[in-house]
Amino acid sequence: MTSVIRRRAPLRAALNPAWFALLPMALAAVVVYLGSFLWSLRISLTGSRSLPLHDYVGLAQYQRLFANDRWLHSLQNLAIYSPLYLAGCLALGFLLALLVDRQLRGGGALRAIFLYPYALSFIATGLIWQWLLNPELGIQQAVRAWGFPAFRFDWLVDQDHAIYAIVLATIWQGAGLVMAILLAGLRGIDPDILRAARVDGVPGWRVQTSIVIPMLGYAFATAALLLLTAAVKLYDAVVAMTQGGPGTASEVPAKFIMDHLFGRANLALASAGATVMAITVVALLAPLLYARGRAARVRA
Amino acid sequence: MSVTSLKSMDEIRLGQLFAWPSRLTLEAWRAAWRSACTGVACEGIRGGFWNSIAIVLPSTLIAIALGALNGYALAFWRARGASLLFGLLMLGAFIPVQVLMFPLVRLLGPLHLVGSLAGIVLVHVIFSMPIMTLIFRNHFAALPRELFLAARLDGGGFLRIFLQLMLPLAVPMLVVAAIMQATGVWNDYILGLVFAGREHLPMTVQLNNLVNTTTGAKLYNVDMAATLLTSLVPLAIYLLSGRWFVRGIAAGAMKG
Amino acid sequence: MAAVSIRDLRVHLGGQPVIDGLDLEVASGEFLVLLGPSGCGKSTLLHALAGLIDVAGGSVAFDGVDQTWASPRARNIGMVFQSYALYPTMTVAGNLSFGLRARGTARAEIAARVQRAASLLQLEPLLARKPAQLSGGQRQRVAIGRALVRDAGVYLLDEPLSNLDANLRAALRRELKLLHQRLGATMIYVTHDQIEALTLATRIAVLHQGRVQQLGTPGDVYARPANRFVAGFMGAPPMNFLEGRLAVSGGTPRFVAAGFELELRDYEFRAAAPVDGEPVVLGVRPEQLRIGAPGSWTSQVTLIEPMGNHQVVWFDCAGSGWSALSDSDAGPRVGARIALAVSSSPVSLFRADNGTRR
Repeated sequence: MTSVIRRRAPLRAALNPAWFALLPMALAAVVVYLGSFLWSLRISLTGSRSLPLHDYVGLAQYQRLFANDRWLHSLQNLAIYSPLYLAGCLALGFLLALLVDRQLRGGGALRAIFLYPYALSFIATGLIWQWLLNPELGIQQAVRAWGFPAFRFDWLVDQDHAIYAIVLATIWQGAGLVMAILLAGLRGIDPDILRAARVDGVPGWRVQTSIVIPMLGYAFATAALLLLTAAVKLYDAVVAMTQGGPGTASEVPAKFIMDHLFGRANLALASAGATVMAITVVALLAPLLYARGRAARVRA
Repeated sequence: MSVTSLKSMDEIRLGQLFAWPSRLTLEAWRAAWRSACTGVACEGIRGGFWNSIAIVLPSTLIAIALGALNGYALAFWRARGASLLFGLLMLGAFIPVQVLMFPLVRLLGPLHLVGSLAGIVLVHVIFSMPIMTLIFRNHFAALPRELFLAARLDGGGFLRIFLQLMLPLAVPMLVVAAIMQATGVWNDYILGLVFAGREHLPMTVQLNNLVNTTTGAKLYNVDMAATLLTSLVPLAIYLLSGRWFVRGIAAGAMKG
Repeated sequence: MAAVSIRDLRVHLGGQPVIDGLDLEVASGEFLVLLGPSGCGKSTLLHALAGLIDVAGGSVAFDGVDQTWASPRARNIGMVFQSYALYPTMTVAGNLSFGLRARGTARAEIAARVQRAASLLQLEPLLARKPAQLSGGQRQRVAIGRALVRDAGVYLLDEPLSNLDANLRAALRRELKLLHQRLGATMIYVTHDQIEALTLATRIAVLHQGRVQQLGTPGDVYARPANRFVAGFMGAPPMNFLEGRLAVSGGTPRFVAAGFELELRDYEFRAAAPVDGEPVVLGVRPEQLRIGAPGSWTSQVTLIEPMGNHQVVWFDCAGSGWSALSDSDAGPRVGARIALAVSSSPVSLFRADNGTRR
């Protein structure tokens, strides 16, 4: 019989070194993300103005918030903006991806051109479009000068259309991102599947609608996820293009929160808005994440 | 727009944005760089350029280092509770920064980190941590686990395996992450506006101040020159990195 | 069922000639296997037959009708891909019927054909599943089924079994052979696996560097390889080779190498008569060697590879590593000296300069 000497696990083994490495991440996750959210939630239940107070006022701030015209208007704008931005970016991005994917030789150059706007900041994007859409300076003036004096393209200074101008500018910026994601998805499609469809005698458009687009489900969901996140965060582009105007015509929730935090010193109201936003985001993203997970399983 | 920035103001008043200039002048570029008014001061946006550089460099380096370390620890060292933390971090990535803005100001204020270079760098590192951690975790998780186990059997410790084995294997991802992070930080507006303080305002903020807060007649040629100057760095990164940039987007997006 | 006629076919990929002047006639109902190592152009040839890539020259005809420039849709072919290439977002039933639906076939007809293919391949319980929910073998059967519902004139199969594990591969191989017997369809089958080629084919075309090296029945290709490439590619363990010369004196030609001699009593020389001193390479299959018989020469065993029902005995023959087969229990041991003889069936001789059969 051989005797086995039992060794005790050394103390060191109990302390996983990864814990030390992950300490900054833990701090960021717990203190910054979770802590800040809870702090915002708490402030939103007080009557704080420029300094945080501890007087509990219940849901009064939320009642004030949803009675606030500017907030309601910014929500309405976001409701107009998000679906248009999403649909526009996805449709344009898909077309660009098909174009780049088809055109093998010039594909690289085209891809570079289409993607470049995405490398630009929202501020630069906003400013560029502010000029392009400036009635005395940009597209309207140019088309008129070419001999169409009745041409009108003045969304930026039009109460009813300012938000669409922002949609236009941000689609220009974001479509390249969608294209890049969809291109990666397209490259991931087994070319034999497309060959099989050709042998099966399936017409080209039918291959796109019945095979390619369903197979890009994961890529589409990914793009939609990123775009939706960007849509809710929309702030820089509005500041650069319209500053929320004309009037409050292109006000958005993120700007409402920033203005009430720093400009108008109404902490509690801004925090209520922030909390509503955070909860909305999670509520919107949950089904999207679920759909994306499903698409990932089909892909695997 | 490049063309307009080369025009004189007299010509622009004629209102032909797309017309070719009759006389090229670099006056607008000079003004944008040196003497245009960004709010109170009239020193052009060159200060912002150097501020942005000073913010981008440390933010990129620290964020990548932390992201790689986090990704490595998450992918190979199965620390209890780590995946829960990671899930929390990823959820945080989707919450608009505006929601976290004021609590963070209150948190960093007493530490004298608001309005300082260290503060704005720290904030950038925090807000980029989810995506940086995600791409490195995915990169390392795609490596065969046997590689890590072999290194463990050879007696490698936490840091040695990270520095000598995993980091060299992650060089492509480091490049991709650097491109993403540098572009992202350079293009940031809102964090710089709130956390950088008057001394360290990044270029984007100065640009917006230049264009949107000046009173009196608008100097479109100067404005456009300033916009182009601000876009020069992402353009350079974009042109130099080429398909790495695309890879970065795919890596950041597709595997998440 | 269609006959396939390929004349002087040339295919270029990226400017490089991959198939260079290839001629091949496939009779109706034949099971032709295109056998060759990876990169020999066999998959490219299949894609050219399907119309998936443009040819640089030559012609392809099905049943005498030229199809060289016809679209894949017009050729009436069924194709099975190595990666299966199932439509991942559709069910098995959807995969089987998609091509027919896209062509506007009548509903009742589609249902009948899907039903027939499904029962032939035992796919009925799987019809509602998605490809991701199937095992490798099931996916492969769906891929075959998708080709079958087409009722095509020619079926093209591109390494259909190479992604499966060994047991499943053997089982599906038998299924394919039964299927061919039952349908009597023309099948052109690409593989790099010589066992698949030998077991399935009515004829094998061995492909190398874009050319047909040999075309013949499996028995012919195995027993009388046309050149050293075919001889070395077919058979496991591989054919034994030895360089030497022909000696023609006193009627019977002999093969002579240093310390080795073999009478070539019944050898059928091709073309010219043997010349004394002509340099050649001898090729002997391991199973043509007998161990322990009243031998013509002896050697020492260097290695034994047990294979279960037999074992492979490795030894040295005039400087070359040779192998022979023996029974598992009665075989020699490593280090033993063994007596060896070449048994009856004909050996192979190849010209030393260009490797063609002598």
